[in-house]
Amino acid sequence: MQELSTRPLVLLGVMAFSAAALTACAPPGGTASPEATSDTDFGADGPDCGDEDVVLDAYFETGFPLPTALTEEFTKQFPNVTFDIREDQFAVITQNAPRVLQDSPPDLMRLPQMSELASDGLLLNLDPYAEAFGWTDWPPSQLEQLRVNDEGRRGDGPLYGMGLNYSMTGVFYNKELAEQIGLTEAPKTLDELDAALQDAKDAGLVPIAQFNGGATGGLAFPLQALMASYGDPAAINEWIFQQPDATIDTAENLAAAEHLQKWIDAGFFAEDINSLDYAQMMSRFIGGESLFIFNGDWESGNLDNQMPGNAGFFLMPPLEEGGSIGAMSAPLTYGVAAAAENPDCAAFFLDWTATNDEARAIAVEVGGSHPMGPADAFMPPVEEGSTTAATLDAGAALSEANGAMDFIANATGAIYAQSWTPNLQKMVAGEQTPAGMLESVQADYESQVGN
Amino acid sequence: MAVVPAAAAPVIVTGAAAPSQSSLERMRRRRRGIRSLSAYLLVLPAAAFYFFFVLRPIALSAQYSLYEWNGIGPATWVGLENYVEVFSNPKLVGSILNAFELILYFSVIPVAIALFAANMIRAIATSRLAGVSRTVLFLPQVIPLVAAGIMWSWLLSTDGLVNQLLRLVGLGGLTRAWLGDFDTALPAVGMIGAWVLVGLCLVLILAGMTKVDPALYEAARIDGAGPVREFFAITLPGVRQEVAVCVTVTVIAALASFDIIYITTQGGPGDSTLVPGLQIFYLAFYERNIGTASAFAIVLMCLVLIVVLPLQRILRGKES
Repeated sequence: MQELSTRPLVLLGVMAFSAAALTACAPPGGTASPEATSDTDFGADGPDCGDEDVVLDAYFETGFPLPTALTEEFTKQFPNVTFDIREDQFAVITQNAPRVLQDSPPDLMRLPQMSELASDGLLLNLDPYAEAFGWTDWPPSQLEQLRVNDEGRRGDGPLYGMGLNYSMTGVFYNKELAEQIGLTEAPKTLDELDAALQDAKDAGLVPIAQFNGGATGGLAFPLQALMASYGDPAAINEWIFQQPDATIDTAENLAAAEHLQKWIDAGFFAEDINSLDYAQMMSRFIGGESLFIFNGDWESGNLDNQMPGNAGFFLMPPLEEGGSIGAMSAPLTYGVAAAAENPDCAAFFLDWTATNDEARAIAVEVGGSHPMGPADAFMPPVEEGSTTAATLDAGAALSEANGAMDFIANATGAIYAQSWTPNLQKMVAGEQTPAGMLESVQADYESQVGN
Repeated sequence: MAVVPAAAAPVIVTGAAAPSQSSLERMRRRRRGIRSLSAYLLVLPAAAFYFFFVLRPIALSAQYSLYEWNGIGPATWVGLENYVEVFSNPKLVGSILNAFELILYFSVIPVAIALFAANMIRAIATSRLAGVSRTVLFLPQVIPLVAAGIMWSWLLSTDGLVNQLLRLVGLGGLTRAWLGDFDTALPAVGMIGAWVLVGLCLVLILAGMTKVDPALYEAARIDGAGPVREFFAITLPGVRQEVAVCVTVTVIAALASFDIIYITTQGGPGDSTLVPGLQIFYLAFYERNIGTASAFAIVLMCLVLIVVLPLQRILRGKES
């Protein structure tokens, strides 16, 4: 007995001593953020990959064929450049990003929410390349989300990322099922959409199979779309970009959240949405088990293959016909590590993806989304009536309406998994109110931005 | 006390060259020194590993827990603020409560089932069925937790086998998305844990039962004891040590659970299956709040010690 009680005490003592000894040492971490700037002297031809053999170190997201397809075409055009590619799921990239950028800096990397990475000096400032390649002449909204100022706010300041293309979300529908309920064209108002949902429910269909399980609350998609119908997308962007005093807890957003609650209460979502993951949602939609899903145009190419001619797309309709529209639209963000070995070649690749005709064709056909670049740049022909054609049309309408906004899940690194998702799941279970959700998310946001 | 006092040691004097008593003592001491030095050398590699991969990380966590740090930039000293946060944030406290609820599923249920199953297997020890049931019950233990989690999330899904079986026997009203329902998600992940841990407990308890003297059972039977009396009077006291080990290991598994929950629910729906292990991971890798994550990790370690040490004392009894 005596022995039993003293041993852990001795052990704790040893640990406490070691801890005390260590805490007496220097604090962890660096002393100041490193300032990353690229060499601005690119020579007469501008930055490129040169003639010597280059191996670009790339860190991509698993499950998306676009980046790899682009690298293959690039190597075909520039045989001296090859790629050493590592792939991980987006959640893993999110966890790893700071350490990977610090410890084994890649030349090209798929980025999660990047304001903290930029503030920590882990990303290369791409402004000199933007100047050299003329990205500054593109529509500014394309790159706005990738700018981070010295206070860590997005929307202005130096450019720390580039998109392989830019995607947009809206509503996909199954044309065959839509015909069953007499829905032959996209709803023009929110009321019409409500009516279609009710018709689908009455006809015994599952109106919407939206993923909302695990750490990824997919109800954030319809919620943000509803926010755009009720309010101004610019105000939501201000909140996402962490502008001073921005709040998500507004009257318009409350109306949107209450509308979502109405859909939940009416049983418009699949009963098991809180355990549905993204892959299950896609397989149900493709399998004809639900009329609608809220998702992004990155699935257009996939849907054209899996259910040719049978998947339609429209943007969330406004409150009144002809009213303002808005949608989540964000570049598929890639960046260059501050300490990358081949920054010029990496930047040249990023420029090539937006300006080369073959690359732009790949962005549309494989990626299913709109390429970056000048408004009047080459666009590959798309089959009429295809899902890709529908999403590209919607993209053009969105850009005309200037309704693009970033994803509300990108406001901080943790707001999605730690705040939006649990609150949306609670709303489904009747354990959270729309007002309570907005209040809770705003409180989490303030504490995270404060950090 | 095996050391014989020097004065009483028999000294054999064989001639003039015989070593004096003090030089003998010196030799003996040197030999003992070499022996203990070589013992230390043998322990050194393991001790070095233990220091670098167990003690050092604990000490570093203790250090980080006193700073506000994002893992990259400069850290700011905040003293015990992170610990205050751990105990005042309802979300973090909630995850600790969930972990305690999991003890029921990870520890109480597997140990009870294992005791019952082991007793049955002991009764039919000679038949082939005993070997088969031992293997079947131990099987979950050799399956990686991640694979078990994936398999069970299929079984428990809306169209999974569990719901199909319920519909088959006319209990369709009970079907639900077990892992996506606020009321059933925690018990559901708990049952996965129970399924995994039964095998370990069973094997340990069976091993313990082989140590019990068969004569005791014979004597009990002669005295007219039934199987229930036999179990409580002979088997249970006989496997007390093994039960103590089972409870210790499974309680730690409950309090420090991560894999099964990360794979099946990631803490959802809401925060209904959030446990400290997962919350530490979210704090460190999503919120990049290394200080609070470290403080929570230290708190979790202390919690495990606080729960497990008294348990050991109670379960092992006086004989240890």
